[in-house]
Amino acid sequence: MAVVNWLRRNVVVLIGLLALGYMTLPNIVVLMFSFNDPNGRFNYTWNGFTTDAWENPCGVAGICDSVEVSLRIAVSSTLIATALGTAIAFALGRYRFRARGAINTLLFLPMSMPEVVMGASLGTLFLNMRINTGFTTILIAHIMFCLSFVVVAVKARVLGMDPKLEEAARDLYASPTQVFLRVTLPLAAPGIGAGAMLAFALSFDDFVITNFTSGNTVTFPMFVYGAAQRGTPPQINVIGSAMFVIAVLIVMIGRIRASRRARQPA
Amino acid sequence: MSALGTLGTGTTGGVDTTDKASDEPARRGRWVPYALLAPGLLWLVVFFAVPMVVQGSTSLQTGNLTKGYDLTWHWAGYWDAIEQYHPQFLRSFGYAAAATVMCLVIGYPLAYAIAFKAGKWRGMWLVLVIAPFFTSFLVRTLAWKTILADNGIVVDVLNTLRFTDVTAFLGLTQDDRVLATPLAVICGLTYNFLPFMVLPLYACLERIDPRLHEAAGDLYASPRTTFVKVTFPLSLPGVVSGTLLTFIPASGDYVNAQWLGSPDTGMAGNVIQTQFLRVLDYPTAAALSFILMLLIVLMVTAYIRKAGTEDLV
Repeated sequence: MAVVNWLRRNVVVLIGLLALGYMTLPNIVVLMFSFNDPNGRFNYTWNGFTTDAWENPCGVAGICDSVEVSLRIAVSSTLIATALGTAIAFALGRYRFRARGAINTLLFLPMSMPEVVMGASLGTLFLNMRINTGFTTILIAHIMFCLSFVVVAVKARVLGMDPKLEEAARDLYASPTQVFLRVTLPLAAPGIGAGAMLAFALSFDDFVITNFTSGNTVTFPMFVYGAAQRGTPPQINVIGSAMFVIAVLIVMIGRIRASRRARQPA
Repeated sequence: MSALGTLGTGTTGGVDTTDKASDEPARRGRWVPYALLAPGLLWLVVFFAVPMVVQGSTSLQTGNLTKGYDLTWHWAGYWDAIEQYHPQFLRSFGYAAAATVMCLVIGYPLAYAIAFKAGKWRGMWLVLVIAPFFTSFLVRTLAWKTILADNGIVVDVLNTLRFTDVTAFLGLTQDDRVLATPLAVICGLTYNFLPFMVLPLYACLERIDPRLHEAAGDLYASPRTTFVKVTFPLSLPGVVSGTLLTFIPASGDYVNAQWLGSPDTGMAGNVIQTQFLRVLDYPTAAALSFILMLLIVLMVTAYIRKAGTEDLV
C-alpha cells in the first residue's frame, strides 16, 4: 500500500524523468558511437571500441573546414541580428509609434513560418535576382530568421526594467548618453545576452534554410547531411559531442559563478 | 541558457506593450523609434516579405531553365501540384498532428514536474531539457537510426511486447520493424520538437500562483479536482503556444521523413526540397511552398480563434 501511495504521489516525476531520458538518449548514443570503429562507411551499428576519431577529429576531408564556416556565419549573424533586434526591442518597449500591429505581425511571421517555406522563397528570390548563393546569402538568411527571436528575448527584458532607475540617473544630471551606456544597457544586458545566445544556437544548427541558400558553401549541418548519403564518419559524432560538452560546461560555469555572486555579502 | 526559456515566456506572455511605453522620451524625438525600427524591419521586408511575393509570382510562371521563365498566370500549376502531391500534404499534417499530441502527452507531465515537483533541482532539469539542443539536430536524428535499427534492443522489446502488432494494425509499422515506417517519422518529429512544447508549458505553469493551489485545497478540492479546475485551465495559454510551436515546424520538416522514413512517408517538405534542389522545377516548388504556407496560416488562425489567445507576440 505504501508503495502504491508513493507511486501515486510521484507519478508525475517518474513520467518527467522518463521524458528526460527520451530527450537525452540520442545524445548518449551520439557520444557512444564517437568511440565506435565502424565496419564500412556508415556508423550505425556497434563494431568495436577505439579513440581514433577523438585523436583525429579533422581526419575526414572538409569536416573541420565546415565547422569553421559554421562558426564564422554564426558569429557574424549573431552580431548583426543582435544589434538590429535590440534596436527593434527598445523601440517596441519604450516608444509609441504608428503601425505597431503591422510591425508585430512582420516580426511574428518568420517565427511561425515553416523553415522550408522561408528557405524555398529566399532561394527563389536569389535565383530571380541572379545572385550566386554562397557564404553571403547564408549570412543574409540567418540574420533574417534570428532577428525575431532576438527581439522577443530583449523585449521581455526591456519591459521588465524599472524606468525609475533611468529617471533617477537623469535627476542626478547624467547625460542621455551616460544614462544609456551606464544604466539602460547594463540593465538590458541579460536579455541581449540571451537573445545573442539563442541567435548563435539557431544559426549554428540551421540546416533547412541553409540548404536552399548555400550554393557550394558547406556548413557543418550541410556536411552532416551530405555525409548521411555518402557515409557517416565517427568524427561527426566527435564534433556533435564536443559541442554538447562545451555548451554544458559554459552553462555550469555560469551557474556556479552566479550562485557564488549570490552568496557573497553585499 | 535562459534563452529558450525567454522564448517561451515571450510567446506566451500577453503583456500589452503600449501601456508600459513611457510618454517622456516620445516627446523629445518622434523620429527615434522609427530610426531604431528601420534597419531591422527593412531586413525583414527585403529578405522575408519580398521573397514571399517573388515566390508567389514564380508559382504562376511557365518555362524552363534554359529558355527562362515568363509570368503567364499559370494557375493550373497549383491544381497539378495539389492533384499530384496531396498525399504528401495529408501525411505532413497527419504526422505533425500526431507528433504534437505525443509532445503534449509527454511534455505536459515533464513541464509540470519541473514547475511544481523539482524543487531545488529545477535548474538542473531545465538544463537537461535544453542541453541536447547543442548537439546538431541532424547528428541526433542520425542517432535514431541506430536506436530504432531492425535488430536493436528497442525494436526487440517492442516486438516481444507485441506493440508492433498494434502499430501494424494501425498502419504505422510493417513487418515487425520500426525504421522506415510512419511510426519512426512521428517518433523523430516528437523527439525533435519536444522542447518547443515543454518550455512554453513550463513558462506558463511556473507563473501560476501556488496560493491558488492552497486555496483549492482549503476548499476541499482533491488534487485531481485542483488540477482539472485550477491548474489546467490556467496553463491553456502555454498549451496553445506549445502546440503551435510544435505543429508548425513539424509540418514543414523533411529531415525526419527522409532519414527515418521511406519513400512512402514523404511529407510536403520533401517534395518542395526535391522540386527545388533536384528537379529544379521552380514554379512547382514555389506553388507547393505557397500551398503549405497558406494551409498553415489558415489552420493556425482557425486554431487561435478557437483557443482565444490572440496575443502571441
